[in-house]
Amino acid sequence: MPKDSTLKKILVIGSGPIVIGQAAEFDYAGTQACQALKEEGLEVVLVNSNPATIMTDTNMADRVYIEPLTAEFITQVIRKERPDGLLPTLGGQTGLNLAVELAKQGVLEREGVRLLGTDLHAITCAEDRDLFRKLMKELDEPVPESAIVHTVEEASAFADEAGYPVIVRPAYTLGGTGGGIARDKNELQEIVENGLRYSPITQCLIEKSIAGYKEIEYEVMRDAADNCIVVCNMENFDPVGVHTGDSIVFAPSQTLSDREYHMLRTSALKIIRALNIQGGCNIQFALDPHSFQYYVIEVNPRVSRSSALASKATGYPIARIAAKIAVGYTLDELKNPVTGQTYACFEPTLDYVVSKIPRWPFDKFVSANRKLGTQMKATGEVMAIGRTLEESLLKAVRSLEIGLHHIQVPDSGKIPDEKLRERLVTADDEWLFLVAEWFRRGGSLEEAHELSKIDRFFLHKVKRIIELEETLQQAEELTPELLLAAKKTGFADRTIGQLRGMPENEVRQLRKQWGIQPVYKVVDTCAAEFEAETPYYYSSYEQEDEVVSAGKKSVIVLGSGPIRIGQGVEFDYATVHAVWAIRNAGYEAVIINNNPETVSTDFNTSDRLYFEPLYKEDVLNIIEKEKPYGVVVQFGGQTALNLARDLRDEGINILGTSLEEIDRAEDRKKFEQLLSKNNIAQPPGSAVTSVEAAVETAAHLGYPVLVRPSYVLGGRAMEIVYNESELRSYMKLAVKVNPEHPVLIDRYLLGKELEVDAISDGIDVLIPGIMEHIERAGVHSGDSIAVYPPQSITQEQREQLVTITAQIAKALNIKGLINIQFVLYKGEIYVLEVNPRASRTVPFLSKVTCIPMAQVATKIALGQSLKEQGYSSGLWQESPEVAVKVPVFSFAKLRRVDITLGPEMKSTGEVMGRDRDYARAVYKGLLAAGIALPRFGTVVATIGDKEKEEAIPLMLRFHQLGYKIVSTSGTADMLEKAGLPVERVHKLKEGSPNILDLIRNGKADLVVNTWTRGRTPERDGFRIRREAVEHGIACLTSLDTVDALLTTLESIHLNAEPIGAPQVPGKKAAEALMV
Amino acid sequence: MKARLLLEDGTLFTGTSFGAEGKRVGEIVFNTSMTGYQEILTDPSYCGQIITMTYPLIGNYGISRDDNESLRPYAHGLLVREYAEYASNWRNELSLGTFLKEYGLIGIAGIDTRMLTRKIRLRGTMKGVITTGNESPEELKEALSSPMMRDQVARVSTKSIHIAPNVGKRVVLIDFGAKHNIVRELVERNCEVITVPYNITAEEILRFRPDGVMLSNGPGNPKDVPEGIRTIQKLMGKVPLFGICLGHQLVALAAGADTEKMKFGHRGGNHPVKELSTGRTVITAQNHGFAVTADSVKNTELEITHIALNDGTVEGLRHKTLPVITVQYHPESAPGPLDSGYLFDRFLEMMESFARKGETMNA
Repeated sequence: MPKDSTLKKILVIGSGPIVIGQAAEFDYAGTQACQALKEEGLEVVLVNSNPATIMTDTNMADRVYIEPLTAEFITQVIRKERPDGLLPTLGGQTGLNLAVELAKQGVLEREGVRLLGTDLHAITCAEDRDLFRKLMKELDEPVPESAIVHTVEEASAFADEAGYPVIVRPAYTLGGTGGGIARDKNELQEIVENGLRYSPITQCLIEKSIAGYKEIEYEVMRDAADNCIVVCNMENFDPVGVHTGDSIVFAPSQTLSDREYHMLRTSALKIIRALNIQGGCNIQFALDPHSFQYYVIEVNPRVSRSSALASKATGYPIARIAAKIAVGYTLDELKNPVTGQTYACFEPTLDYVVSKIPRWPFDKFVSANRKLGTQMKATGEVMAIGRTLEESLLKAVRSLEIGLHHIQVPDSGKIPDEKLRERLVTADDEWLFLVAEWFRRGGSLEEAHELSKIDRFFLHKVKRIIELEETLQQAEELTPELLLAAKKTGFADRTIGQLRGMPENEVRQLRKQWGIQPVYKVVDTCAAEFEAETPYYYSSYEQEDEVVSAGKKSVIVLGSGPIRIGQGVEFDYATVHAVWAIRNAGYEAVIINNNPETVSTDFNTSDRLYFEPLYKEDVLNIIEKEKPYGVVVQFGGQTALNLARDLRDEGINILGTSLEEIDRAEDRKKFEQLLSKNNIAQPPGSAVTSVEAAVETAAHLGYPVLVRPSYVLGGRAMEIVYNESELRSYMKLAVKVNPEHPVLIDRYLLGKELEVDAISDGIDVLIPGIMEHIERAGVHSGDSIAVYPPQSITQEQREQLVTITAQIAKALNIKGLINIQFVLYKGEIYVLEVNPRASRTVPFLSKVTCIPMAQVATKIALGQSLKEQGYSSGLWQESPEVAVKVPVFSFAKLRRVDITLGPEMKSTGEVMGRDRDYARAVYKGLLAAGIALPRFGTVVATIGDKEKEEAIPLMLRFHQLGYKIVSTSGTADMLEKAGLPVERVHKLKEGSPNILDLIRNGKADLVVNTWTRGRTPERDGFRIRREAVEHGIACLTSLDTVDALLTTLESIHLNAEPIGAPQVPGKKAAEALMV
Repeated sequence: MKARLLLEDGTLFTGTSFGAEGKRVGEIVFNTSMTGYQEILTDPSYCGQIITMTYPLIGNYGISRDDNESLRPYAHGLLVREYAEYASNWRNELSLGTFLKEYGLIGIAGIDTRMLTRKIRLRGTMKGVITTGNESPEELKEALSSPMMRDQVARVSTKSIHIAPNVGKRVVLIDFGAKHNIVRELVERNCEVITVPYNITAEEILRFRPDGVMLSNGPGNPKDVPEGIRTIQKLMGKVPLFGICLGHQLVALAAGADTEKMKFGHRGGNHPVKELSTGRTVITAQNHGFAVTADSVKNTELEITHIALNDGTVEGLRHKTLPVITVQYHPESAPGPLDSGYLFDRFLEMMESFARKGETMNA
């Protein structure tokens, strides 16, 4: 069936901000879909609230709306644009939920918009547990014994009968939010309460646990003519029980015989047909390791994280094909774009092994519960490809950038045997490494299997790696055969060196001497049966190399690896723009990256894609192969920058700002010299290399001070300390201070934070925009609301910022992007931090100023000056509109994490709010960030002593808006003294009902809590904040945010005020009425 | 132990032996299925061939008692990137390596199978010699000059007639190298299956008074099986026929169409086939190095019912007037997708309606 000709204009809904459970994969899916639709000559209208995405670039759709993803706003867009169809299945759960809401509200019908692709009935059938189970029964497809519950009582009644453990899955939530495994009644109560709260329809599925089963996924596609294919199947390393987003996954399945493979395939096709899916669909199975018994666990009737992985794992562009299916095409008339000659109606076959390992945020959230369960916790993932499972797995480990180059965590040798045994029972983020440690200690495969229930096949693979470690260690000499075996198994030169007691470099030299070099093979969907057109490569130690180069000069762009806190999709955005600029400048753009969720790793983004670890050895190998004109490192965040140092040592041409200058910006001493030479102020401070020196310096500077280790990423381990004992405990717990790793101590200036992104070619410095942060200095810039253009600084201060920026950019001889953070303290501007690379605000600023910053910067790196590109020095004309960038957090997914904002970055994503004035922009921003903005209600305020004065006017404003204020004694006393009506509530220690009960019972609409210092308040404050998060109530921890919120509320609030009495000169008001 | 593969074009691959020792010559073919190595090895259609699997990890789930497609493997060898020395599956009974040794098949691991596959794709199917011995390159080259086997069907077909008694339709299965799953599919539909040798006469078959005759898959060039062609010619119209793979090609030849050798054939479990009458495409398992030429069908009583979506080759035929249907691919799967099992139902319907017609005629 050809394209449906009644469709002219299509609305695509994106997935909004990056949160745990919904990451960059939807930027990738949405971008592919928009491209696929546009090439059909369709007009594409896109709505997404996330500015840090390629899909929201104006060349991706005909019209792009960066607006809050709420039914109200989408309805507005629909009324304005009058699209013929709505494509909801590429925007993740968010897109799907919105489509359902719009359909239920009757908006689609009223406005004549057709839901494209999978229909509403299918969506509801797959998403509603009850309907889904009914359908499975009809199809005779087994589902685990379970019950749909709406109350805790129903849940425990089921569990009593079915027996513990049971799995709790809330209906309609992202990444399994609110779910978990309950081993007893108490756990059940907690999890179900939580789950019901998160489910928009207050519904949970309680399921008999099938823990220990193999978890297998199938990515399936179907068209309207009922052609069905399986794109890929995958098998999890960890058995059922761990959320698939938190699982290590291999593609294709490894331990399934043909019979099992096709039994599940047939089931998957049966289900997708029954659901009448038109597009992509993901089906998860649990398979008994001892029989043919299987269960259908879950069906996602849309493009998902797994489909992004399947796409990258096979080369098959699922989102693109799904979009074509949605507008009427059938699979057998669509070409497979990878081969260009065969059709999309086939099943990709792999001739390599793909490994995916999640990237968890536990390096940031040390206090978080690291155990893995049905609630997803990872922020991102890496994928690696190899010709053996071991090679693939070890490459994935190197890609993670968690400081490891092998399956060995430092200090794992110190774990007591008993503890190790215990930890093998329940999956956590280090499970793989613990299994390795187990074998390193000579543990048996059988016992490892007994403890972990991980399939023996995978355990054996890990064991083989350990055995090879031993061989390498014990061999008399390192022979070419042994070295080749190690390389084929995926060992890094560095690992081999460590095991042989020789430097990494020497191993590399030996390899070259013996001709042991990687070759690059193509990912082609068809295992070489047909010739592929797409240049998508991975390395392996094999005979034949397949790289074909057009002979043009190439430029390599280093990507940014997995999405993590502090390094999100913004960097992929910049990477993709850099690639565009390079191709535009007539070079071949080559990209190295390992994140399967991203646009940068799409097969048609670059001229050549190397899906490889961003690890020195792997990158050098590619460089040796490519012999590029140069390497661009300034867009891949800290990842690429760190690599740049290794590359420089090898004499590789780094394009753009030179590394010496980058180091000058990051080296404390050198940077201080540079600033003082230019008379630029900086908060006083210095670098120390011992605890005593730290104490001395701090005393000299005066508390509070800001402390952090040098060379940081996303403000890791940065803290504000208020006294010596805090400082001592920080120095002891948070950092390992020594002469090699100094700690920086600065006077903490409590002022207004400002941020500038600039582009420099060494002569001219263009400043696209200045941003002002709503939260005062001390809150990580990535976690504060940024406002463009700044609302409260003077023209003179603007000019000063421009001058300083230009001075620094020129002094550092910046050739490309630079980001500078300032603090405005008592009228004086101080430089806080300089990042000589693309920052996370590049996409935001690019979008509000319409300057494609990353592209301009890339062209500078390639030798085209700002002038030649038509730009000049100075601040770009500020837009009359106001835009705010609001951070989005994933706290609900991470138990035990304190949500207080501080110098450590905690947000996972961002949204943009844009409108004609500040209040409106903030309103949209907060709404888009998922913060409810009730126009009246109850605010629960618990204010720390330091902020009490400052809080009074804010509370007064709440009162004037009609809010009821509820406080515990301290805050209440203060407010009453100020003449405000307050309702008192018990503190935690004062017994029930206390403040927590209030929140728990849904009696609070907003929580303001600044209790962060001092023991009890900190602990109680933490509990209050967590309670708010877990009940989905907005909790603000900074009075600056409160102020912004109030401004917004006031602007939409029409005050009811009593009228004034007539005034007669000389008479009192009361008398004036008596004529 | 070291093992080597020398190709006709002079390329030498060196790997490690994981099967039997010795030296064998054969046509090198690649299969793109990611699972099903046991079924592939025991599919008699691979008689005399050396198989390379494009998926690099082979042996992962071992060998099970239940997954053989014939009594023994007839292939000459197996070439893989990595042999899984540790197999994990609840049905695993013995390792793939042990299985190869038991039946004297050479297995070589550590080969750049993607490179080998690309060579075959570019040059077409090649002859190769595999060895675990120390022969000199000249000796190996010499071995390559030996003529290719042409009597594969005679080697793999049953020597005697045997029956799987049942109460439903009686199907005579002419065994050109039949896979067990053809029998399983028929038995599942309550058929009684009488398996007969490839060189049986039509008269002998008709003496069983079958409701239908199943023409099985099998190895080699269909033109090397003239007995089969003659038998089919005599059976057409007398009894419903269902041909699979070699059986399909033999029907084509019997009806006057022609077959040709393909460059490197279709071997794998992901081949899209379009049924022309419905427009539906299904994913099929295939294993053939010969194909019926589309042009040659025009002047016969046959018509094309199925084509391969990717290269348009003939994948299914039907007689315009008589009860004869054939497919080039494997509706019995094992290995491969189960999407085409409905063809057996169609065969049953065909037998049913033929029987009814016969009754009316007799009455």
